Amino acid sequence: MSEPLSRKDFLSDQEPKWCPGCGCFPILKAVSSTMADLGIPREKQAVVSGIGCSSRFPYYMNTFGFHTIHGRAPTIAMGLKMSRPDMNVWVVSGDGDALSIGGNHFIHMMRRNPDINFLLFNNEIYGLTKGQASPTSNVGTVTKTTPLGSFDQPMRPVTLALATGATFVARVLDSDLKGMQEVFTAATQHKGIAMVEIYFNCVTFADGVFDPFSNKKSRAENTVDLVAGKPLIFGVDRKKGLRLKGLKLEIVNVDEVSESELLVHRPEEVDSTQAYLLSQLRFPQMPLPLGIFRQIKAPTYGEMVDRQREEAKKRYGEGDIEKLLKGSDSWVVE
Amino acid sequence: MGPENKKGSLKTDRVTIRFAGDSGDGIQLTGERFTTTSAIMGQEVATITDFPAEIRAPAGSPGGVSGFQLTFGSTDVYTAGDSLDALFVMNPAALKVNLTRLKEHGVLVVNTDGFGQKNLEKAGYQVNPLDDGSLDRFKIYKVNISTLTKNAVAELSLSGKEAERCKNFFALGISYWLYERDLDSTIKWLDAKFAKKPEIAQANKLALRGGYNFAAATEMFPTSYHVDSAQKWAPGVYRYVTGNKAMALGLVAAAKKADLPLYLASYPITPATEILQELSSLKHFGVTTFQAEDEIAAIGAAIGAAFGGSLAATSTSGPGFALKSEALNLAVITELPLIVIDVQRSGPSTGMPTKSEQSDLLQALWGRNGESPLVVLAAQSPADCFDVAVEACRIAVSHMTPVVILSDSYLSSGSQVFKVPNYKELADIKPGLVLDTLENFNAYQRDPETLVRPWIVPGTTGGTHRIGGLEKQIVTGHVSFEAENHHKMVSIRAEKVARIAKELPPLKVYGDKKGELLVIGWGSTYGTLRRVVEGLHRRGFPVGFVHLRHLNPLPNDLKSIMDAYPKILVPENNLGQLAIRLGEIAERPLEKYNRVTGTPFREDEIEKKILELFGRSL
Repeated sequence: MSEPLSRKDFLSDQEPKWCPGCGCFPILKAVSSTMADLGIPREKQAVVSGIGCSSRFPYYMNTFGFHTIHGRAPTIAMGLKMSRPDMNVWVVSGDGDALSIGGNHFIHMMRRNPDINFLLFNNEIYGLTKGQASPTSNVGTVTKTTPLGSFDQPMRPVTLALATGATFVARVLDSDLKGMQEVFTAATQHKGIAMVEIYFNCVTFADGVFDPFSNKKSRAENTVDLVAGKPLIFGVDRKKGLRLKGLKLEIVNVDEVSESELLVHRPEEVDSTQAYLLSQLRFPQMPLPLGIFRQIKAPTYGEMVDRQREEAKKRYGEGDIEKLLKGSDSWVVE
Repeated sequence: MGPENKKGSLKTDRVTIRFAGDSGDGIQLTGERFTTTSAIMGQEVATITDFPAEIRAPAGSPGGVSGFQLTFGSTDVYTAGDSLDALFVMNPAALKVNLTRLKEHGVLVVNTDGFGQKNLEKAGYQVNPLDDGSLDRFKIYKVNISTLTKNAVAELSLSGKEAERCKNFFALGISYWLYERDLDSTIKWLDAKFAKKPEIAQANKLALRGGYNFAAATEMFPTSYHVDSAQKWAPGVYRYVTGNKAMALGLVAAAKKADLPLYLASYPITPATEILQELSSLKHFGVTTFQAEDEIAAIGAAIGAAFGGSLAATSTSGPGFALKSEALNLAVITELPLIVIDVQRSGPSTGMPTKSEQSDLLQALWGRNGESPLVVLAAQSPADCFDVAVEACRIAVSHMTPVVILSDSYLSSGSQVFKVPNYKELADIKPGLVLDTLENFNAYQRDPETLVRPWIVPGTTGGTHRIGGLEKQIVTGHVSFEAENHHKMVSIRAEKVARIAKELPPLKVYGDKKGELLVIGWGSTYGTLRRVVEGLHRRGFPVGFVHLRHLNPLPNDLKSIMDAYPKILVPENNLGQLAIRLGEIAERPLEKYNRVTGTPFREDEIEKKILELFGRSL
């Protein structure tokens, strides 16, 4: 038996080149800790990234890694996973990488349900190109390309993932190490695509955009934890609850309503309507949901590939290369 | 079964015929059956097809005409031929589109039932050409094929439409009588093809026999034609294949020889789609296919699979190839084995999707950012697509490099007799550098001779490493932006590909080995150029021909062969792309012949150009 692995075993000898205080550091810590806890060997782990600050990630992991091209990490990860179903594959991508230049690949990876962890590092800004609006920047965000404020509607990756039928969709904060590890663990154990949106802070170009959620003082008031089977309750003294009114959610005082009126979180429901409603909650009118929105069982892409291969063998027998080359219409010259 | 009641039989060496009709008339099927029958009878065969770009162009319109042309003969059949000995047309549009190809006094068989007023108008005929004497220079045979077909299948309880649908087999039957074809193989094929619909099989057999017997009984033609079997066929198993089919088979065979799983990721695009379709039906061979969401995803997935240790390929055409450029460079810098098949079509942009062209050579060689060396090969005939695919896989795996294969629309759907290779005799494909131990290994350490880096696939214990699109430190493969290191890496990548030239077989020179004029070609012009040059050489002209399969690196002996001729002609279906490439080594101006019509060269235009050059120089 080999020694149990520690977090450090999963880190490479390369020094991370991120700004001091970047949200990527705690995520690196959470991912390496999760890997160590799960005990999946290094050589069975592969991290595939696109382009952007966060996409330097693979270089810092002592696993197999592939730092690919802008927006295309899902495509390379798809080929790798299909080719090596035994590998535990992680995609690391940013908001620009996954949702702008790679938007097409994002939705198709979600709908196909490969057994891959998709970490979407969302800092609502383009960092590597030094501060331009991203597809998740809020309306009014002032950047070098939007000096009078951006007016594109921000994209909501959790909503988008749910719309594609993704089987595991979650959101976590870079400041919440424990929360990240829990969700990353669940994502790894989930059979199928696991999309985890990580709000992470860009200290240089968008510092503090997630403060209302990550600040210890305001977090309880501004966020709601998604706990399977439990009513949705939040607030400093946990007096606020979410109740369904028509097709909308409203905030109620838990002391004024019976508990049965509160909405109970059901991530395992195949119908994603409730998860969708939660994904649409807008701060500051409503709290930001954190945790697992959806987690359902469905055949993975790899299982479908295997199933069809077996079906083909059953129908046609094991392929015979010599017969294939000859075809059905050949003739012999003596 | 021999022809009966015929007046006589004329011997001939080569025949070129074309079937044409509406795209719903089953023309391709008819042509394929004639081709297979001819091949089984031991003749050499080459085909070309054209079909409408639109899925369902208006029936009866010139835009909806589908055509299948083949040349069969006892010797030297390298191309589907220029001008037609016989033309079979189902409607006025087919006549209008194809008539210029028919030789004077050529055989013209017309389905008069297709020549109603509506169809004449759709084809733009004011007057019925069957009545106005405009076709007098041909041997015209007017046959009410649709009516006769219905009569032939009357004993079956088919609807009128179903019965009429068999008319292509009636026409085929007529052509079989005219060219003394055996019916047996077609009948067997019908039985197998429609095993689950015996009534349809029976209907088509009745139509086929009906056409054959009609030609015999009515003494329709003054004579039939006899073509001897080819003399030079080596013993072996033969079949006929299209270029796309041969390409798919080549990939499967190569993967087995490399003992690697085959992975193909593609996005549907004319005229490359059949490669994806073909391999999708071979799951029981362990082939994995992936119909990606777009062209970029397709090459991305292939690169991921290559990283994962598969023999990975992606197939596309020019517009898709352009989209793949950035990702292809990722395979260049990560030095992964990857096959990219570009079945070229007429460009620029969407161009003419169903028409052929060899105009992506420079895109393949140089159409990427940075210094981006990779291997470029081109197929010369439909059957050669098999060999090129195997060769590409061998180079990719043993040299850790992406390889681009250039095919084209003409090769992709053209069919040719293919001598089925003995699988056991195909050489094994081996990786270029295998490390004895992974202790202190480096992802970019290299074989000193070939400069090949090791392929350490995910899952390998002790093999964890990172690769990516950023410049690599020499040997370690860590990210490096250091100035001298970059210059070295650029040079190493170029040198690695250049050294592959050492392994290439000597070039073959056809015709005169040391003459006045050397013709240099590449890709699908091979058959036409070789036939013309050999013909002229036999007539005493000091002309030679060299055909290039390897466009990068170029063969080492090319320069000395070029130096042996005062004059060099480079004919291409583009505006001179190989000529630009050869300009690097030629050190003198090259003669060019460039025509870009969407169709292959005709032999006569090449011959004319060569004679012109001799006229000036002799």
